Amino acid sequence: MRRLLFFLPFAVFGAVAGFGLWALTSGRDPNAFDSPVVGRDLPALALEPLADLPLLQTGEIGGGVQVVNVFASWCVPCVAEHPVLVSIAESGVPVHGIAYQDAPEDTLAFLDEHGNPYASVGRDAGRQVLELGLSGVPETFLVVDGAVAYHAAGPILGAPGDAFLAALDAAR
Amino acid sequence: MIAELGHLALTLALAAALVQSVLPMVGAARGDAALMGSARATAILQAGLSGFAFAALVNAFAVSDFSVVNVYENSHTLKPMIFKIAAAWGSHEGSLLLWVLILALFGAGVAILGAGVPERLRARTLAVQAWIAVGFLTFLLLTSNPFDRLDPAPLEGTDLNPLLQHVGLALHPPLLYLGYVGLSIVFSFAVAALIEGRVDPAWARWVRPWTLAAWVFLTGGIALGSWWAYSELGWGGWWFWDPVENVSFMPWLAATALLHSAIVTEKRDAFKSWTILLAILAFSLSLFGTFIVRSGLLTSVHAFAVDPERGIYILGLLVVAIGGSLALFAVRAPAMEPGGLFRPISREGGLLMNNLVLGTMTGTVLFGTLYPLVLEGITGEQISVGAPYFDATFVPLMLVLAVFMGLGPLLPWKRADLAGALARLRVVAVLVLAVMAVVWWWRTDGPVLGLVAVGVATWLIGASLAEWAGRVKLFADPGAALRRARSLPRAAHGMMLAHVGVGVLILGATASTAWKEEALAFAAPGTSVEVAGYTVTMTDRVRVDGPNWIADRGVLSVSRGGEAIGDLTAERRFYPAANRWTTESGILRRGFSDLYVTVTEAVNEDAAGGARVLRAVYEPWVNLLWIGSAMLVVGGALSLSDRRLRVGAPRRAAPARGAMPAE
Repeated sequence: MRRLLFFLPFAVFGAVAGFGLWALTSGRDPNAFDSPVVGRDLPALALEPLADLPLLQTGEIGGGVQVVNVFASWCVPCVAEHPVLVSIAESGVPVHGIAYQDAPEDTLAFLDEHGNPYASVGRDAGRQVLELGLSGVPETFLVVDGAVAYHAAGPILGAPGDAFLAALDAAR
Repeated sequence: MIAELGHLALTLALAAALVQSVLPMVGAARGDAALMGSARATAILQAGLSGFAFAALVNAFAVSDFSVVNVYENSHTLKPMIFKIAAAWGSHEGSLLLWVLILALFGAGVAILGAGVPERLRARTLAVQAWIAVGFLTFLLLTSNPFDRLDPAPLEGTDLNPLLQHVGLALHPPLLYLGYVGLSIVFSFAVAALIEGRVDPAWARWVRPWTLAAWVFLTGGIALGSWWAYSELGWGGWWFWDPVENVSFMPWLAATALLHSAIVTEKRDAFKSWTILLAILAFSLSLFGTFIVRSGLLTSVHAFAVDPERGIYILGLLVVAIGGSLALFAVRAPAMEPGGLFRPISREGGLLMNNLVLGTMTGTVLFGTLYPLVLEGITGEQISVGAPYFDATFVPLMLVLAVFMGLGPLLPWKRADLAGALARLRVVAVLVLAVMAVVWWWRTDGPVLGLVAVGVATWLIGASLAEWAGRVKLFADPGAALRRARSLPRAAHGMMLAHVGVGVLILGATASTAWKEEALAFAAPGTSVEVAGYTVTMTDRVRVDGPNWIADRGVLSVSRGGEAIGDLTAERRFYPAANRWTTESGILRRGFSDLYVTVTEAVNEDAAGGARVLRAVYEPWVNLLWIGSAMLVVGGALSLSDRRLRVGAPRRAAPARGAMPAE
């Protein structure tokens, strides 16, 4: 019995190593986040219009491949990813914007300065975008025939940006 | 060219390690002095070659040689020189090279300094050390070569993670590794003793200085990491129970237990198998930490680049090293006869208590760290174990430990008089009650645990000082106290300092957690917030261009009762090359407490208008954490410098008292 006790550390280590092996080989990604909206229809949000720009109606976004981007003028990564959105819009994919918690005049100044890639824009001064599973700005959604096909949290730059653009190409 | 030489040096170091793995073992088994002696030469050679390889990598970073992939990925010409050099160990490959270097340095240390260790034990220890080195050198050369070239060479690097551009973090990995990897030599000693089948007081005396040295570095490394998190992450906390923090903390807990149980083995020839187990566990937990950090097994703020192939390799290494040593332990340890008998109430009893509680604490942290993984493996459910779990389990254990820590040093070996020891602490008990009463009067609203913790910390500090005062007869014979203090072994001063340091740490941790005050406001120039009697006013907001960053800086002034007491700045920095943000908090020191201010962009709804979020936190006594850590380090170093640990004593007495072959 006392001898068995001396095997206890070995046994505990064996169990820990087993879980380690499982974790490494099961292909799980500890940093993966489950977007609550992927695979579902884009929820209908009651957004407010921005000046006289076309208003984004998320509930009636229509068919085809489209991109919805949540941004704010005070968000620096949004500035960084803006050229990517402009190039997506120039490639013929409609890009829509949701200005998140931003004063209208600031948003307009932002679009004046950096260019306006958005086919339609809505303002959200409240928490409606939480229905999109938003965890911060910027976030970008790929919408195919009214349903969310891909959700990129953070700027679509670097590796996450490449993943988003790949998903976009695949959808087209 | 220099990079290729570095690569060559690593390959040669592997060759030296391979020789060192085999010849001394054969020599020790056959009693061949020449073969055993070869261990010293190969250990020193291996350290020299690893040192050369490391210098070659540092050189590549210093001159920004972007034809080396590792430099290209982790450096930038605009980076200040100190961070260029620190970037050498900022990446997975570079830090692994540092790991290998330190492993070899500790081996060389035993080769050069371990003159008192019997040739056979030394040869076996160095051979075991070389086994570990072979594992890591092949890992480095096969999966993570830091000297890989890039052709054509880019003109500019892609920067280091800006969070890591901090002095605390430049020094944190080397110190932490000295601790982590320093425990390897203790592990090697333990495995060598198991192979030899013999553990006696002399063995414990040889091992203890190495444990202590590793422990001192580990303590310093953890404290620096905590300080870095406090000043750089901008969350205003100093410990987050993050998996990566936990895996550095577990070896520390095990090493602390080992330090104490080795005393019992050394003085009383008891706790032998337990000491060996702790020696194995301390390094195993270091290896395990490396595995967790490098494999990306758990989510963490500090993860390195993740590569499953590397994870599998390290897991294999773990299975061989930890599994092998624990199996050897299971087979050999039961034969080690327990030594000197003792009563429950005695120094041995106190140290047993220390070991039990520290062991439970290690288990608690291990369980909390791995539980999410285990649960996901069994049920598929994703959860995270955070501070509440650790607050509820770890903190009470820590307090129990502190109560025993105050009492333990007063108990003599074998059999102690508890009533007598407690009587000596009457004054301390009164002091504890007085301090608790004052704290209760001052902060009636605070958590009860905070009040208890302050009482326990006072008890520990008071009892440690009382024990020390008793030894130098500070009150009984003040005239001769100074002379007595001088003749007292340095280890006694070291113990007192370290134990008081733990008390000071508890005070800092308690106060900064329980009585923290926080104020938050959307701020533009002119806005003020009030916290703990201080008024923090944002006077200006400016854009600052640094060498490789752009900052949005809030200029702040602090006043108290209408009187200005200081200015500080807090900013968000953007590093364009790395496309990353960092928070630079502003810290105004007020005695032991800090006023901690951050200015960040708003993500909240009322933020319209581009106002910043001004967050001011009053962290009472938070600096006691750094002071307490420094006391632990100095106390450990003082004990290490004790001449009993260095000269003369570490000789195995001819027929060692109570020492018997295990088999």
